[in-house]
Amino acid sequence: MSEKATIILHSGDMDKAYSALIIGNGALAMGMDVSIFFTFWGLERLKKNKLESGALSKMNLFGLGKWLIKRKMKKSGVASLNKLLDNYLELGGKILACDMTMDIMGIDKEDLRDDVITEYCAVGTYVQEARESEVTLFI
Amino acid sequence: MSIIKVNCINETCPVPLVETRKALRKAAEGDTIEVQGTHSSSKKEIPMAVESMGYELKSIEENDDYWTIKIQK
Repeated sequence: MSEKATIILHSGDMDKAYSALIIGNGALAMGMDVSIFFTFWGLERLKKNKLESGALSKMNLFGLGKWLIKRKMKKSGVASLNKLLDNYLELGGKILACDMTMDIMGIDKEDLRDDVITEYCAVGTYVQEARESEVTLFI
Repeated sequence: MSIIKVNCINETCPVPLVETRKALRKAAEGDTIEVQGTHSSSKKEIPMAVESMGYELKSIEENDDYWTIKIQK
């Protein structure tokens, strides 16, 4: 059985979504299985057309900071979040959506990218996956 | 036994690692994957990935502009 990495994406910030997807892609590329749990503000990024919409966690400056960072990233050849998600799925990464967050935040399945979500679940699934993981992160 | 070329010149983290993995998944047993890139950490990390997945690292070469890593599936 492959080694496994389990990542919780609790934040909806753009830079933290980058961290989760870059680490996820890296772990898949190095032969591990990966699950990312989208919960609380992270779940916002699974709404249709919202993956790239997060603010910068620091110095967002009403979007100016984010715009500057995005421009710098483009110049440096950093992949977009959409591209990272495509690669993540192609390499067999799993996307898990927290159904409790959906309830409290009034998010319906129709609001979410159902095409990329492997499973709707709760804490038990996370614990079950985390207990057999070599790497687990909370972002 | 074909040679599969992966061009990652001017790509940055994590693209070279991910593209290498994608190529390895698609390759047939015995194929050679030849990755070219400019991102320096990937030159160190692709061999780590190759080793952990049990593939054979055939060579790492470098010239002034880019590095080339050859892997046998």
